[in-house]
Amino acid sequence: MKTSERKHEPLLHIAAREPLPWHWNLLIRAAGILAALLLCALLTWVITEKNPIEFAVTVWHASFPANPAQFRISFWSMLHDLAILLMLSLAVTPAFRMRFWNIGAEGQTLVGCLLTAICMRSMAGNAPNWLIILCSTLGAIAAGAVWGVIPAVFKARFGTNETLFTLMMNYIAARLVAYFWVIWKGPRSALGMINGSEPVYQVGWLPQIGNEYLLNILIAAVCALLMCVYLYQSKHGFELSVVGESQKTASYLGIRVGWVTVRTMLLSGAICGLTGLMITAGHDHTIDEGIVRGRGFTAVMVSWLAKFNPLYMILASFLIVFLQHGAKDIASSNTININESFSEILIGIILFSIIGTEFFIRYRVRFRHHGAAQKGGLTHV
Amino acid sequence: MEKRVPAVRMIDITKTFGHVTANNHVNLEIYRGEILALLGENGSGKTTLMNMLSGIYYPDSGSIEVDGKPVVIDSPKTAFSLGIGMIHQHFKLVNVLTAAENIELGGKGRLRIRDAARKIDEICAQYGFEVDPNRKVYDMSVSEKQTVEIIKVLYRGADILILDEPTAVLTPQETEKLFKVLRNMRNNGKAIVIITHKMNEVLAISDRVAVLRKGEYVGDLETAETTASEMTNKMVGHAIKLNIDRPKPVNPQPRILVEGLTVRNSDGVLKLKDVSFEARSGEILGIAGIAGSGQKELLESIAGLQRVESGSIVYLDDDGTREELVGKAPLEIQHMGVHLSFVPEDRLGMGLVGSMNIADNMMLRTYREGPHLFTQRANPAKTAEQVVRDLEVVTPSIRTPVRQLSGGNVQKVLVGREIVSAPKVLLTAYAVRGLDINSSYTIYHLLNEQKQKGVAVIYVGEDLDVLIQLADRILVLCDGQVSGIVKGTKAKKKKLGRLMTTVGGKEDADEDK
Repeated sequence: MKTSERKHEPLLHIAAREPLPWHWNLLIRAAGILAALLLCALLTWVITEKNPIEFAVTVWHASFPANPAQFRISFWSMLHDLAILLMLSLAVTPAFRMRFWNIGAEGQTLVGCLLTAICMRSMAGNAPNWLIILCSTLGAIAAGAVWGVIPAVFKARFGTNETLFTLMMNYIAARLVAYFWVIWKGPRSALGMINGSEPVYQVGWLPQIGNEYLLNILIAAVCALLMCVYLYQSKHGFELSVVGESQKTASYLGIRVGWVTVRTMLLSGAICGLTGLMITAGHDHTIDEGIVRGRGFTAVMVSWLAKFNPLYMILASFLIVFLQHGAKDIASSNTININESFSEILIGIILFSIIGTEFFIRYRVRFRHHGAAQKGGLTHV
Repeated sequence: MEKRVPAVRMIDITKTFGHVTANNHVNLEIYRGEILALLGENGSGKTTLMNMLSGIYYPDSGSIEVDGKPVVIDSPKTAFSLGIGMIHQHFKLVNVLTAAENIELGGKGRLRIRDAARKIDEICAQYGFEVDPNRKVYDMSVSEKQTVEIIKVLYRGADILILDEPTAVLTPQETEKLFKVLRNMRNNGKAIVIITHKMNEVLAISDRVAVLRKGEYVGDLETAETTASEMTNKMVGHAIKLNIDRPKPVNPQPRILVEGLTVRNSDGVLKLKDVSFEARSGEILGIAGIAGSGQKELLESIAGLQRVESGSIVYLDDDGTREELVGKAPLEIQHMGVHLSFVPEDRLGMGLVGSMNIADNMMLRTYREGPHLFTQRANPAKTAEQVVRDLEVVTPSIRTPVRQLSGGNVQKVLVGREIVSAPKVLLTAYAVRGLDINSSYTIYHLLNEQKQKGVAVIYVGEDLDVLIQLADRILVLCDGQVSGIVKGTKAKKKKLGRLMTTVGGKEDADEDK
């Protein structure tokens, strides 16, 4: 009878596990990434017949080049991309913590860029530089906040779906920018830099400290710290978690859910607007409808990967930016000579396996066992 | 008695979850033509044991025989093929489909709704169910949904039925109806297991009782030859007193005056009509009524969570000041110095935040304190320590998310928090729902303590026996109207039951003869 039982016992047992200690968490994640890298290497070898090691070295050098002159540019530009992605992730996070699915960071950032560009263009030559920068900053923050708060007001008043609403707002923002872009560029083929030549050279640009990247990087670092405090130490942050968990509990405690929604989206939008300023006045010095490059959406993934924790977001942003830079360099490398799509596939595999490891952190999979003495690590659900 | 072959024999079953042993070498026999009550406190492993029978869990060790033959139940499907069907506490129905569609769903071959409806009618007629196969599930009451679940199991040919706490969501009348059906099924030769911890139900319905304590099988008893206290002692492991204290009210003063309260819900349905009563300090006011008679709306109106159509709710402070509560937001009511503590029906859905730890849940009430933008975390942690100690909450630490605690401990955390805020009025709804005997008595004790401190306690309950023993006065609601207010010492269960079903309580006098 015993033997027949074994034959019939299900092959796999899947059960929820109790929360793991942090080092196990880390170990499982590391194993996931390692597995992904091995799979990537295998794919590279089988499909492209290139040497995976050479591949990996190229990816690494894209962010951390061996040549010191190259290092300055590549490393800092990688950090700068990280900063922008981090800013947008920080922006969407407070809303996400209250389960308000804001996927409109792209549009909220674009209107920030637009207001900055308007200030830079219209005020150049008519006002002192500090006033232009001040107006751009306030304008960008206000524009982003307005773009964010409109869906929030509708959600609070009429219960509209915030995901669709914020998504639609992206298209409006993009068309709006496209409109101004066409007017501004005039007969030229592209807009070029705003205030990129004398007599208004660099008017309205954010000041440079150290190099062209450092100011933005510092702003992002400060924002990350402030966001940590806001989420984990402030009364607002506490309210966010309550609303996110249960609106019924929130109203039972006297929290006005509608107001919290509006307030949070004001903040979310404002940070996006500020990021817009950082892009247009701080780094790119131009504007077009694609200037945010989809990072408003990538930020959604970063925020989720980091479980809405600002500090983990730094890691998650780094991972994504690191891989993206690597992918770009592989595409332009003469020795490897393969198009960017293949490296995008590899990025996909890596991200998938990171998300996939979540399953193994929450659940325990055990094969059919022989003998009754086996001890399990599962938890009661 | 001749030797019967058990329909199911569970032999030496052990199941562990991590370091928690849910079942430890349990033996159980289930017979046809018999209703077996599986009795045990929260967390004694009743549901786990039955889940192994219905193929949801797989035992770590031990074996199962059905009709004397060893079997391996590795999935719910296998369980069904052996004729074992389980009706869970949480229904698994598709809301937008009809009863017949739900029942036919997951069956073999094509969907044959019309045939199904006919067969359902046959099953209903055979056992005395009342259900319309063509009604959508979202239109159904809880008891009707349960009926659909039971028919679903029968429809698939189960003759060994397991019901997990089926009466937890039913009114006394609905429970009686369910029991009638169960008896019909037993007489038809089916084997029935009912999981419960309500003693009176065990006595009313079962033929045999099997008792589990802390995952271990304690033994079985013939229901006819046992008493409630013997079963309780077996279940708890030591003798406990089944009487609830009712200390004399201390200097009762009017605290809450409700007058002509009329309330409509968001759909415009009249939920309370012209309700008037008085709640006094140092007294427990019980509120009885069939589920959905307006209890929830009444408490929510006082707490400021419900829009009131007309009428007034006045709060009287010790110094004689009167404050009108109607039209005030919950927060305003707190700010005014009116201390309403509200233990909502839905513990995790409304009173607590499941993913937060005990300390943070304490902070839910007090986080606004302090002048600056930041939360104070030291005091809530102290409060949490105090509640855990005073109420004997079983938890690894105060940093454990409340979702991971058992039902009784969750309830203690909630009631504890409300009591710590030193209320003048304590509103509780179904404070012991789903709790085992020990936890229930802890809660009764806490409420009595509050009463003796001069708190006006309003206790909405479903167990009439408890209401009669605990409350100083009992207000009976029927269909949103007060059908009577009875003194606790003089209340009779029969009379309360009649008031619960008599709108306005007018016909009561005639029926009394």
